[in-house]
Amino acid sequence: MTAAGHLPAGPVESTLVGDGDEGPRRRGPAGYLLLLPGALWLVLFFVVPTITLISTSLYDPSGSLERGYSMTGHVQNYFDAIGDYSAQIIRSLMYALIATVACILLGFPLAYAIAFKAGRWKNVMLVAVIAPFFTSFLIRTLSWEYILGDNEPVVSFLRTINVLAPDGYLLDTPFSVITGLTYNFLPFMVLPLYASLEKLDPRLIEAGADLYASPFTTFRTVTLPLAMPGLVAGTLLTFIPSSGDYINSELLGNPRTRMVGNEIQDLFGAGDYPTAAALSVTLMAAIVLLVFVYVRRAGTEELV
Amino acid sequence: MGEDLRLTSLTKRFGAFTAVDDLDLTVPQGSFFALLGPSGCGKTTTLRMVAGLEQPSAGTIELGDQDITALKPYRRPVNTVFQSYALFPHLSIEQNVAFGLRRQGRKKVDAEVARMLELVQLSDLGRRKPAQLSGGQQQRVALARALINEPQVLLLDEPLGALDLKLRRQMQIELKRIQTEVGLTFVHVTHDQEEAMTMADTVAVMNEGRIEQLGSPEELYEAPASTFVANFLGQSNLVAGAVSQGDGERLVLDVQGTKVLAGRQRARVTEGKVWVGVRPEKVQLSAKGEVPESEANVLAGGSVSDVSFVGVSTQYLVRMPWGQELTVFTQNTGSRERFRVGDGVDLHWRPEHTFLLDASQDASAGVEREDK
Repeated sequence: MTAAGHLPAGPVESTLVGDGDEGPRRRGPAGYLLLLPGALWLVLFFVVPTITLISTSLYDPSGSLERGYSMTGHVQNYFDAIGDYSAQIIRSLMYALIATVACILLGFPLAYAIAFKAGRWKNVMLVAVIAPFFTSFLIRTLSWEYILGDNEPVVSFLRTINVLAPDGYLLDTPFSVITGLTYNFLPFMVLPLYASLEKLDPRLIEAGADLYASPFTTFRTVTLPLAMPGLVAGTLLTFIPSSGDYINSELLGNPRTRMVGNEIQDLFGAGDYPTAAALSVTLMAAIVLLVFVYVRRAGTEELV
Repeated sequence: MGEDLRLTSLTKRFGAFTAVDDLDLTVPQGSFFALLGPSGCGKTTTLRMVAGLEQPSAGTIELGDQDITALKPYRRPVNTVFQSYALFPHLSIEQNVAFGLRRQGRKKVDAEVARMLELVQLSDLGRRKPAQLSGGQQQRVALARALINEPQVLLLDEPLGALDLKLRRQMQIELKRIQTEVGLTFVHVTHDQEEAMTMADTVAVMNEGRIEQLGSPEELYEAPASTFVANFLGQSNLVAGAVSQGDGERLVLDVQGTKVLAGRQRARVTEGKVWVGVRPEKVQLSAKGEVPESEANVLAGGSVSDVSFVGVSTQYLVRMPWGQELTVFTQNTGSRERFRVGDGVDLHWRPEHTFLLDASQDASAGVEREDK
């Protein structure tokens, strides 16, 4: 047979071209109609509550649930909230940061293993990552109370090998709170990382090796930059909810590990709506600021 | 020679499957060498072992006097142009090309990157990302990214496989030009026999993990060593015959009761049963009973069963009295007689165009299937 019998193998031309040639997008009412449910949802459950929260944070603090509040534009609420609870705010952000880093350290190898090494066990491993969600958040966190309990195997073992002092303990410490946070938010790190790594062509890693990059350099210059979208998404999904979490501190901590979420909950419980709202808005602002800086840096950083 | 690439008893097994089977091969420094074979013949595995991306089960790989068998891929003076190019999507073209030099600790790379992009004619596109380039452009970036490191051996894994036919022809010429210009050793893996023959100085035809034959494109084509090579490289007519007189410079054969002559230098076997082979374009047709030139081998009594006109030539299928269909290509020079289906014809060709192969080999080995 002549060469005409050959068909070009491998990727087809069209896959090599970016999204640039889709042509002008058609405009019509259908698109907007499809947006409507989502937009309504956002307005109802995000925009309205946020406005309510911000206005509550400016109410006169001398009001109460029974007597009602008056809108006085009381900015002093913020200074009070920050003054009284700065320690908790900083602690929350620190705990969330440590938990996020721990999630990256645990989650990256796991996601990498699932994406590249799991073979036919891939789906089983993914299910295993998600499986804890079949149990309630509360139950899962409570079970850590047992795992880290003073007379339970983990602590006994650590005492035996002298990692812990004979009267040392783990529960009700910053360690247990951060462990709880790490555990609870790990899947939110693993799944987006997995999604990013799974798309990574293993040939790129081979190309790195072929072009004089050691495994570590290949990781730093090829794998990591290409996993960045997943890493950023995972970081946000871990850091943001961890900062506002109060369950882990409540169940696994002590009064000196209280996070800002615990204070907000207590303030709302005590009927001090303006301070609670001001604290919430402060936390929100702090997170938005940090996330903004982080995303900007992660997006533009020269990674090679 | 100084920096020849030498593979000795190279073997690669994947479980029970032997992909590369006790391969011995020497690629001379500075040559354009092609490993040609059908998919699954072990050519890509061989290449990956040279690159260090696959560990051999046995055997050694030497470059010059250095044994590189156990060397990590990133320590080998060898670079690869991958089949899917494997360009780094997050890096610009310039950064892709500079990657190898930077990993070797070079700081000033701009001039070399510019020179390399010029060589592959992509100077204007250095700041783009790979996804913004066409397939042919990406292919050239992959080439530049490997070449800039001036490897002792450049490995090309079906580098043109993803391009359409026209672009492929163009890139073949360009690759050959670049190889001549830079003078590096190129080892090119392909399943496209035309590509291998047009580009390479030396072609090794691989089949089932072994090398069937190694030589210049002309040698392989004119004097194939096995039925596989005869069929995989171009087309062949193989007719069963037997050597009746094997003493002289010319062998005398009996083919279906007709006396046929063959030169000794193209005979792989000189006695007993043989496959008598001749390339379709070497065969001429004449109307039944017309006497051709006296020296020629003649197989008479054929009948045209199919005619296909392909522009420069016409391909005939001729059914012979013993039932076999033979192929004949005729140049459309206008001076040759044209035949129609059903016409009675005689086939004739010059004795020196005959080649003889071992009759124990499968006559259909290496025949390309249409669905490939």
